[in-house]
Order: sequence, then structure tokens, then C-alpha cells
Amino acid sequence: MSEPARPANPLLRRLTGSPVVWPILAVAALIVVDLIANPDFLAVRMQDGHLYGNVVDIARNSAPVLLVALGMTLVIATRGIDLSVGAIAAIAGAVACVYIVNAPAQSAASTALQACVLAMAACVGLGLWNGFLVSVLGIQPIIATLVLMTAGRGIAMLITDAQITTVHNSSFEFLSSGFVLTLPFAILVALALFGLTGLLARRTALGMLIEAVGINPEASRLAGIRARTIVWTVYVFSALCAGLAGLMISANTSAADANSNGLWIELDAILAVVIGGTSLAGGRFSLTGTLVGALFIQTLRTTINSIGIPSEFNYLFKAIVVIAVCLIQSAKARALVGSLLRPRGKPQAVPA
Amino acid sequence: MKQVELPAKSLTGGPVYPTDEPTGTPLVEMAGISIAFGGVPALADVSLRLFPGEVHALMGENGAGKSTMIKALTGVYPIDSGRVVLDGQERHFHSPADSQQAGISTVYQEVNLCTNLTVAENMMLGREPRRFGGIDRRGMNRAARAILERLGLDIDPASALGAHPIAVQQLVAIARAVSVDARVLILDEPTSSLDTDEVAKLFDVMRTLRERGVAIVFVSHFLDQVFEISDRMTVLRNGQLVGEVLTHETTQLDVVRMMIGRELEVLERLDREVSSASSTADADRPVLKALGVSRKGSLQAVDLSLYEGEVVGVAGLLGSGRTELARLLFGADVADTGELSVRDHRGRFRTPRQAIQRKIAFSSENRREDGVIEDLTVADNMLLALQAARGWLRPIPAAMRNKLVREYLEALDIRPADPNALMRTLSGGNQQKVLLARWLITQPEVLILDEPTRGIDIGAKAQIQQLVADLARRGLAVVFISAELEEVLRLSDRLVVMRDRRKVDELPNDDVKVSDILEIIAGSVRTEEPIHE
Repeated sequence: MSEPARPANPLLRRLTGSPVVWPILAVAALIVVDLIANPDFLAVRMQDGHLYGNVVDIARNSAPVLLVALGMTLVIATRGIDLSVGAIAAIAGAVACVYIVNAPAQSAASTALQACVLAMAACVGLGLWNGFLVSVLGIQPIIATLVLMTAGRGIAMLITDAQITTVHNSSFEFLSSGFVLTLPFAILVALALFGLTGLLARRTALGMLIEAVGINPEASRLAGIRARTIVWTVYVFSALCAGLAGLMISANTSAADANSNGLWIELDAILAVVIGGTSLAGGRFSLTGTLVGALFIQTLRTTINSIGIPSEFNYLFKAIVVIAVCLIQSAKARALVGSLLRPRGKPQAVPA
Repeated sequence: MKQVELPAKSLTGGPVYPTDEPTGTPLVEMAGISIAFGGVPALADVSLRLFPGEVHALMGENGAGKSTMIKALTGVYPIDSGRVVLDGQERHFHSPADSQQAGISTVYQEVNLCTNLTVAENMMLGREPRRFGGIDRRGMNRAARAILERLGLDIDPASALGAHPIAVQQLVAIARAVSVDARVLILDEPTSSLDTDEVAKLFDVMRTLRERGVAIVFVSHFLDQVFEISDRMTVLRNGQLVGEVLTHETTQLDVVRMMIGRELEVLERLDREVSSASSTADADRPVLKALGVSRKGSLQAVDLSLYEGEVVGVAGLLGSGRTELARLLFGADVADTGELSVRDHRGRFRTPRQAIQRKIAFSSENRREDGVIEDLTVADNMLLALQAARGWLRPIPAAMRNKLVREYLEALDIRPADPNALMRTLSGGNQQKVLLARWLITQPEVLILDEPTRGIDIGAKAQIQQLVADLARRGLAVVFISAELEEVLRLSDRLVVMRDRRKVDELPNDDVKVSDILEIIAGSVRTEEPIHE
């Protein structure tokens, strides 16, 4: 009788069987808390053809974490991890801002575009480096990417001369604060990348091959999969995602700060992936889960502010909520809680 | 072929014991040991006697219970029934540390030492001589040197262990094991990664220890080595004791019979299903030709030609080089020397991918580790090799995908016939069929099957054997490797026999009997001298 009782309704059973359902419930629970603290929490208003409101803010602010987490999802699916994404974000911001500051036409749209292209090119190089260490030299991913995690901020500092480089370019700022079709541009960029990643993973064979390599590398090699190329590609993709997030963060403040841009974003991204139901052991991954995970993290941050938790309890509160969500996701923990709650001596009727 | 007389004793019921009893009392006596894992018996009423100053070989095929027996002695596994007597006293070891305390040391196949420490540090780990509250390095090196010298080993104690080849590391491990006053030394496959000279050195050390009265347990798959070094052997089969024999009183053939131990007369009546007439071998043009293919430490140079429509059976004991040969042909391991000619390609394969591009397929003996992707669906597992060959940018179109999967689910009778079932939920036999489908979908010209029927039920086994015969009839060149000799004989047109990591014989399968093959495996007849030495 240790089996947890299963709902009889097949739809409900399928829902509770899906790994995405728990993070969705967690987001919903946080919103309920917010609604209790502030009954107008979900209100959205239109102003100058732009949408404003808490929900829109959550979506926009979660964009950078979502971008990084998409790349991280694929890396984790290959049994890897990429700790260097925060540093790469900082480098991308630094490259773009320094280029804009030194360009002859500082405020031109073309300058902003060139800056972004240059920054992304730099990220490809950084991704190639990570991928080389992991797939060619066979260094453990956590160590290999730790190199760039620590050295990367130094590189960003060298690029900015250890100054906070401030830029004035409305096209660059558009990346973070612009609106298209009433919605913040950042949301659209993140959703577009989400869609693109989904297409790449599920409409080509890439997703299946990544999962195969993550689940059983040796069997995959013997089946003729170019595991090295796949792993390498995934690290480049992760660096590109991190770079895009870095540009967005820089655009938000119109500045490149080598020390604080994208600081700890790798941890938020890994958390988003894990909450989304992708196992750190590699293998099957869920991009939708990652999307929900990123939204959860931002909703939690907003909730902490909106219900007025004293700032010194911020991290503690966040930790407790995250632990709770992870426990809810664990089938073992659920079964344990279920058996504790069930009245003793009266075995519950279980539908056959 | 010389007909060999069957040793009656190995085929009768009870265990065999040598006729002359040694005068001394055994140092270790394990009596009536039984161990079961989850209700499945791993050892049933097995006994083992170790005498001081003797090398005792523990023999048996894979899964016979050798490791379990060792672990029962060293306290890794608890014993369900039976007793362990050391020096006339019954003992109960609850952990390896317990048995070590009592003077039983074990050196495993993989060296369990720290390669970043020095030789002396490794030998004295945990009992370093101390001086002024610190470690006395000079004293430690001196002590280590003394131990090494007593074993006749010339190794610098101050050198880093990792700087030495595996063989020397193994000797250091042994030196460490005996330096703690070991009276029983267990060597589990110590020679599997050593070359001939290194084995000779190891044997020197073993002889030194034997003279000092240590009881040595020696586990090895190499029959020649066992006969060279051991004084007495205990043979196990399927977790049961077959018998204890004195090495000088027995022959390699007898021991192989005891290890494999099937009713030979019954087996020999089994006719081959495939008549050699079905072979359409085009003698002029082999599909694949290997010349002098070798790899250090795993296979001595082998020549082999494969022809269309022919099944080549590879026979040999575990560790004889049969799997190593298959892996070299496929590029799963890279050969050091030799040349492969497949169609237009000449040279060696660096990756499996290169072999697959030349229409070679290989199904590994380790289904779990090297074959199935457990968390992917049956359909994905089936299409994996084809998809890998096409590259990720060209996914298999849905219509083709469905057609292929349905076709092979039906043709190979895979159950459940659900393309979306997770691979981990299938039985071993059905997983094996999915893996066969994976390779057949790539339309190979050469199919290398390493133990395709191991650990699967009788029904699936017969189906796979039938499939192999059909595939050859349709023109595939098949390499069929199996520990079950009757299976090899039934399916093959030509036989290759491996022993001690080299090809010792190649013969057409005309009326060959299991006993003939056993004879060649045991080395009592050598019809063809190896060409490359």
C-alpha cells in the first residue's frame, strides 16, 4: 500500500504524470499568494499602445534567464553543464558596449547592429573553446566551463578597461525596453529563440541524437553518432544563448559592467532546467519545462518584492520555496508524504 | 580430427576430488557455501580448500561463481549457509577489512591504488613510519625497498606509481598486499592486461611467495598460464562445484570439459541447420579482408576473410580474443597494425562511423552498456544507426519511419509491438531484436554479432538463430560469436577458433564436433601455427 493513490480520471492522471505540471502549479501558487497580498496583481493596462502590468514585467524580466536556460537545457541533456554562461553574458555586453562607445556614429542603428553581431561572434569563439575542452580533450564539463566562468569576467574587464562602460544608443536599448505589437521586444526575442530551439530539437533529429548521447554515450558512438560534434555544437549554442542574454542585460542598463552583468545567472538557469523536469544526469529534456522553470524563478523574485519580505530574508525564502518545489517533483518524496498523511490502520481503497 | 575419450568423471553427478590427499591441513577451508541474491542462487554448496605454499586456480566460465566465491571469503558478501575455517578456527568476516586483518589480501583486476602517489606511499598507505609527528619519508622508502627486494623486484620506491606501466603497478599492488603479513593472497585476473614478459615477472613473484608458504588463489581465463603456475584447481560451473583436481594430474581438455560441461554426446547429434551447400561464397572476392590486424594487449595479428552469404563462427573461451577481434573489425577499438580491405577502402577504421559507412554492422556482447538507449523509445532505438548515418539535419521522414518500424516489429516478432514503448521496459530478447533491427535497417553487407543470444529466453534465441541463417542466405556476410559451441556449429559455414588472444585455427564446418573444437581451444591439437608472432 505504499503506492500513492492515483486519480481515476485519465486526463488528470496524464496531467499529474507530466513533469511540467508541478512547476506550473508552483507558479500558480505563487500568483495566488500575490493576489492575496495585492488583489490587482494580475491587472494589465494598455498605455501608448504598450502593455504594462506585473504579468508583463515577469515575462520580460525572465527573458535573460530563459535564454540562458534554453542553451543550458541542451548542454545538460548531453550529461554536461555550462557554468561559464554568466561570464559569457558579461563578455558579450562588454564587447557590444565598447564597440558602440568607440564607433564614429555612436547612436546609429547600424552601429548597434554591428555591435551585436560582433558580440555574438565572440560568443561563438567562447563556445568553441568550452566545447573543445569537453568534447575533444575530455575534461569534465563542470571543470572545463569553470575555467571560463572565472577567467571570463577578467576578459570582460580587460575589454572595458575595468570601467562601467555606458552607452547612448536607442536601438541598443530597444533590445530590452522596446515594444513590438504591444509586447516588450525582450519577450518576443526569448519566445522566438524558444520556438527556434524547439524546431531545431524536435523537427530535426538533433534532439533525439542529443538524448541518445546523454543517455548512453558508448552505445551512441557504436551506432555511428558523431558524439563529439554534437557535444561541441551544444556548447556553442549555449554560449550564443548566453551572449544574447548578456546583450539584453546590458541594454537594460545601457551599460557594460564586467562584475555584475549576468552574475549568478548560471545558477538561475540550471535551476530553471531542473525545475522544468530535465535530469542533471542527462538524457530526456523538456524545453517547455525550462520555459515554465524560468517563469517560476522570475515570479518568485517578484513575489518576494510584492509581499514585502524583508531583504535580509530574500535568499532564505527563495531557498525554502525552491526546496519545496524540488520535493514536490520527487515521486519518492510525494509517496512518503502521502503515506504519512494517510490515516493508519485504514488502508485506502485503490482503484484497480 | 582426433577423437578424444570422454573423461567419465566430469559428466557424472558429484564433484571430483584428487586421489592423493596432501599431508598438511588446509590453511583455509570453505565448506558448503551457499549464497543467493534475491532468491536466485549464485553459489550452491560450494567448497574450497587452500593449502599453504600452493597456487590454487579457481576456474569457471563467466557467471560460474568465481567472483562470488572470492567475495564470500573476503567478507564482501554475507554467506547464507556454510562455513569458513581459517587455521582450524571458524571465522565470520563482515567486511574486507575483517578478512584483511586475518591475513587474507586481494588484488583485483583493476589496480586500486593512487597513481599520483609514489610507489612507497602506496605500499605504506595507512601505516606510514612516523618521526617527530610527521611522516618519515626516508624510513618509508627504506621499508618499501626492503619489501620489493624480498620479492625480487627492482622498482624505485620514490618514483610516482603512475609513471610505471600497468604491469608494474600490479606488482606494487601485490607487494602492498603481502607486506601486511598476508597468508592468503587472492589474485583476480591479474594477467588480463599484461604481455608475456610481464606475466613471467608476475609468476616469479608468485613463486617467491609460494616458497614463503603463502596460499595463493589465482583466477585467470588463460588456460596456458593456469597450467604453468598452479598446483591445484577448483572448477565451478553455474554456481556449483564441479571438482577439485591437481594440475599435474589433469589436462587442459579435461578442465575445459569440466568448465563447459555439457552432455557432449547429446550435443554432437545436433545437426547443423545450414548446410554448407547454401554457401554461395565467391572465393575470389571477399567482402571484407583483414590482414595482420592486431592491437597491443588485446589481440595478436589475425588474418580473416569474409565472403558473401557465409556465416563465420568464432569459438573460444572468454578472453580468448573473440570479442577483441570483432571490435577491431568494426573500429570500436583502433588496431595498431594490419590492414582492412572493404570495397574501395583500404586501411584501418578509426571510428565505428567509418565502418558503418562501409556497410559493416556490429552488435556488441554488452547489450546494456554498448547497445540499448534505455530511456528512448523502441522506434528511436531502431532508427538510431540510420539516423546517425543521415546526420541530424536530415531527419527520417515520418512515413518512412513508420513503415520501417512497423515492418521490423513484425518481421522480428518484437513484443510489445509498440513503437513508443520505452526500451527499458522490454525483455532482454526483445531488446536484442530491436538492436538487430537497428543494424538491418542500415542494410549492411557485413554483420558482426557478438553473443547475440546471451541471456535471452529459448524462444527468442531460436528466432535469432533462424534470422542469422536467413540473412546469410540473402547474401550477408555474418560473423557469429558465441560461447555456446553447439550454437556456433549449428549456424556456421566456416569456423575460426581463438585462444590466448590469437587465432589458432580456421576450418570449414564439415562434420566438426563440439569435442573437436574443445580440443583446439584446450590447445591439445594445433593444426595451424599462427602466421604472425
